[in-house]
Amino acid sequence: MPRPTVAALIDTANAEALRRILAGDPWLIDVVAARDVLPRLGERRILHAGPPIEWARMCGPMRGAVAGIAVFEGWARDLAEAEHLAETGAFAFEPNHHHDCVGPMTGMTTPSQMLLVVENRAFGNRAYCAINEGLGKVMRFGGNDAEVLDRIRWLTAEFGPALGAALRQLGGIALKPLIARGLTMGDEMHQRNVGCSSLLLRQLAPAMARTSPGGEALARALAFIAGNDQFHLNVAMAMGKAIMDPVRGIEGSTVVTAMCRNGTDFGIHVSATGDRWFTAPVEMPQGLYFPGFSAADANPDMGDSAIVETVGLGGFAMAAAPAVIGFVGAGNASDALAITRLMREITLAENPEWAIPALDQQGVPTAIDIRLVVETGIAPTINTGIAHRKPGVGQVGAGVVKAPLGCFTAALEAVAETMGVA
Amino acid sequence: MPPEPSDGLPPVGATRLLADGPKVINVGLDSFATELASQDRAVVHVDWVPPAGGDPRIARLLAKLST
Repeated sequence: MPRPTVAALIDTANAEALRRILAGDPWLIDVVAARDVLPRLGERRILHAGPPIEWARMCGPMRGAVAGIAVFEGWARDLAEAEHLAETGAFAFEPNHHHDCVGPMTGMTTPSQMLLVVENRAFGNRAYCAINEGLGKVMRFGGNDAEVLDRIRWLTAEFGPALGAALRQLGGIALKPLIARGLTMGDEMHQRNVGCSSLLLRQLAPAMARTSPGGEALARALAFIAGNDQFHLNVAMAMGKAIMDPVRGIEGSTVVTAMCRNGTDFGIHVSATGDRWFTAPVEMPQGLYFPGFSAADANPDMGDSAIVETVGLGGFAMAAAPAVIGFVGAGNASDALAITRLMREITLAENPEWAIPALDQQGVPTAIDIRLVVETGIAPTINTGIAHRKPGVGQVGAGVVKAPLGCFTAALEAVAETMGVA
Repeated sequence: MPPEPSDGLPPVGATRLLADGPKVINVGLDSFATELASQDRAVVHVDWVPPAGGDPRIARLLAKLST
């Protein structure tokens, strides 16, 4: 019997990768303190978005967030001392992805923060993401003043425990059907989460009323969710991580298991090469700016949120969200359809459980194959927020960014090497 | 020699091209298609680029890894 070709072995491996993605069964089950579930997250260790990076190469908003979270944790008395400590090597930095975590934009994760827990019940793994802080001046965009830190303290002391109690009372919330409904309500789960945030609130509110002491604390919690269109983004991110982690380490598979950026570098993981990073300089988003800001204020792209695109949502599901394409300055509704069709060119299949009405119920493009990206030169399209390049300012716009092709070419060469092909 | 249109037969070959005008399919660089379209010529553009951006080494690698 002839030996299968390398290409056939890759196709078989990719079929298994696709099977695991489609079989994923993610549930939002709890909210917990990071130190209780991340055993390798010690004191003065800060997890950040994107591939590995040290203080010297961090962009402005990432530095601002590091200083802010150090003050929040009590590792520094003020921002100036925090920056000095960072410069002198007092903090250890590691990617969220090394700890089963993801984080939007700057993506700070430290021991005291409360994390959303998503469990993939088909495979038994869990993934974590901090709670979305809301809009405006927030730490994920580099904000670090008293207002920002007070909000994180409230999320930690009051809101997070209340949300966790409600989720435990509910026995968790199934996320696959939630996403399916959100896609029919105009969400793509990256820059638009209005539908899914509202659906979450409908499920959570009765349970929060039952488990909360009531009164003003309950009112604050419900108002916080209701007032944050992007509340569901961090849930979607933990879900993406929980779905993709079981896809890691399949010998020969060329499926992308993570895409992320730290404001300096863009990085990807590919199934066959496990935890090895393939990086390239991150690109600048193209988009629209809030009044008073322009492209001159923008920081290059940031965040682990491209895990949403990695599972077929965000830019890949643009056709489901005609309102988003205008918000990110990428054209009209017809352009949204074209972007989703283009992303289908670099994926192995469609996810039949996540259908897009405007494409006659076609499923979202699923399982990015680095071979297709390199062959076609079509870069994954990512919807993103735009941070100010200086620390402490916050969000200045929203747009679209392309993943740099260099990551995918480097990954292809590495996979070829593992298969004995040169 | 191709028959002339005056023969009463349908035009063929170069004669037909001159009589009916060209039907253009443009592959690759879209500026050719844009130029024709600006002169009110019908043109179908095929968005195509060489595999791997034209890098022969990566293209060879891709050929070995793809069915």
